[in-house]
Amino acid sequence: MAEVTTDARGLVKRRLGLRLWLSGGWLLILTLAAVFAPLLSPHDPLSQDLLGGRIPPMFFHGADPAYPLGTDSLGRDVLARLLYGGRIALIVALVAGLATCVIGSTLGLIAGYFRGWPDMVISRLIDIWMAFPPVLFAILLIAVIGPGLTSIILAIVVIDWTRFARVVRAEAMAQGAMDYVASAQVAGRTRVGTMLAEILPNVLPTVIALLTLEMGIAVIVEAILSFVNLSISTDDPTWGGMISEGRTSVYQAWWVLVFPLVCLFLTVLSFSQLGEGLKDRFDPVLR
Amino acid sequence: MQLARAFLIRLLTTLVTLFGVAVIVFFVIRVVPGNPIAMMLPPGASDADVERLKALYGFDKSIPQQFIIWLSGVLHGDFGTSITRRQPVLDLVLNRLPATIELAGMALIIATIIGGFLALTGTRLRGTKTEAAIDVGSGMALSIPDFLWGLLLILLFGVLWPVLDISGRVTPSLQLPFTTQFYLTESVLRLRFDLWRDIAGHMLMPALALAIPLSAIIGQLLKQSLKETMHLDYVTLARTKGYGENHVILHEALRNAILPTLTLIGVQFTFLIGGTVIVERLFSYEGLGNMAIDAVINRDLPLIQGIVVVFALLFTLINLAVDMCYALLNPRLRHG
Repeated sequence: MAEVTTDARGLVKRRLGLRLWLSGGWLLILTLAAVFAPLLSPHDPLSQDLLGGRIPPMFFHGADPAYPLGTDSLGRDVLARLLYGGRIALIVALVAGLATCVIGSTLGLIAGYFRGWPDMVISRLIDIWMAFPPVLFAILLIAVIGPGLTSIILAIVVIDWTRFARVVRAEAMAQGAMDYVASAQVAGRTRVGTMLAEILPNVLPTVIALLTLEMGIAVIVEAILSFVNLSISTDDPTWGGMISEGRTSVYQAWWVLVFPLVCLFLTVLSFSQLGEGLKDRFDPVLR
Repeated sequence: MQLARAFLIRLLTTLVTLFGVAVIVFFVIRVVPGNPIAMMLPPGASDADVERLKALYGFDKSIPQQFIIWLSGVLHGDFGTSITRRQPVLDLVLNRLPATIELAGMALIIATIIGGFLALTGTRLRGTKTEAAIDVGSGMALSIPDFLWGLLLILLFGVLWPVLDISGRVTPSLQLPFTTQFYLTESVLRLRFDLWRDIAGHMLMPALALAIPLSAIIGQLLKQSLKETMHLDYVTLARTKGYGENHVILHEALRNAILPTLTLIGVQFTFLIGGTVIVERLFSYEGLGNMAIDAVINRDLPLIQGIVVVFALLFTLINLAVDMCYALLNPRLRHG
């Protein structure tokens, strides 16, 4: 029996390794593509050519080698828009993900460790937030604060901080009840000191796994907002904007929808698999 | 007695939550730049006209005053009048709500069937490649959100192999004899299966998009729960009594494993309803969420308010119902 478990563990470990490598690989490609977008793009993502609209991608009848992924209905290069859209997606993932993580985790830590009235207030807020349909909330916020990159990041933080707060609160509560926390206090640590030195390191693995998940979610929220035409601006190339356009012309030019969709799929999947993989890495049983 | 007190407290916190939602949405949308009244009048309307219309909708009063007026209206069942559609908000919401409920219900049923099937198959074929495939597949399925599944389905069954309709709730040219907005249910009751096919054909893709991530979650949890139950003594006893593996799983283990899954389905169902907003938009399905997005784009404040509050009411009621079911079904909580 013991042998079987070791085998299974080895298998799990190997699969985890592969998963981490694949998702890490795609995110690295994405980062490089985003950083070097101006060098890699054969065309300006905004330049239109109404006579050269809806050119199909490579290997299809009527393709133009100058446009390897084809053009949209306004004759804009799909590859260039994809690369520049990747920039916005990555910025949103990093900034919104981190900001949501810091704010949500801090509130969760305070609520879970100090209990009492801070916990009451924060828990009530979480309840209220959970009663909002998140997508509608985000759309509403963008309508209020106006479109733009900063607005999108702000909206993501405002709608999603509860994801961290809920989990961290529960973890901090569980940790706070343990003996080592009590002994730290006996040893003369202050409450805040205990929270930062004892509780925080123990909830960190969960927080990091959640953070990568949140980055994937941020990319999706950005895509949804640009799909509803409330994102950056209608001109700036975003994956969601391309999808929105591709959805309307799906029967005439499927490629305008397919390529950004593939990118979104891979990115979201990579972030979540990275999170899962990291969580398992930190799991002492599997390690 | 204790149970009754717990329910009462739970009911009170629910009311506080709903009040909080109403306050937040009320104040947030009133900071909206852009004058909703100006958009209603033809260009060149006099200032007096603008003022009159403002007064009609109550926008001339202070925001706290507006809130009190709105709240007392709501308590009397009056959610105000939509600015763009010029109809009572309550009528508009009630007109669209059945479409969303049918969509969410269909998605929930699909998710439960797929999830249950995956969990049972995975448990029956423990330790095989099939189980591993189910694990990997559901791990991926749940990390992709409904929005992306919807787009993928559009490409697959709308473009590549066009068998389903990609937009709307029903083919517009059809004559509908319905008296309620529950089209799918009513078409069955009236035995109009020709209409049923059309309506279900429109609903299938958005419902699937909503159902896929949830089915993966249900499958994973139920399988985990079954796994734990399969090691319990009474299951071993049933097995030594000579019952086959299928019987043991379906009749002995499942009954015990289903409770934690049930509460999860409740919570996840509210997430699913939240997901209808964008999925309805994606498929141009005429439900509440689609109307909500239009309302935000058109700055129709009374309508936005009404819809958000109705969503919040739906969410909190589902959570309340799940908590109550759980307490009633779980003997440990009943006596504890």
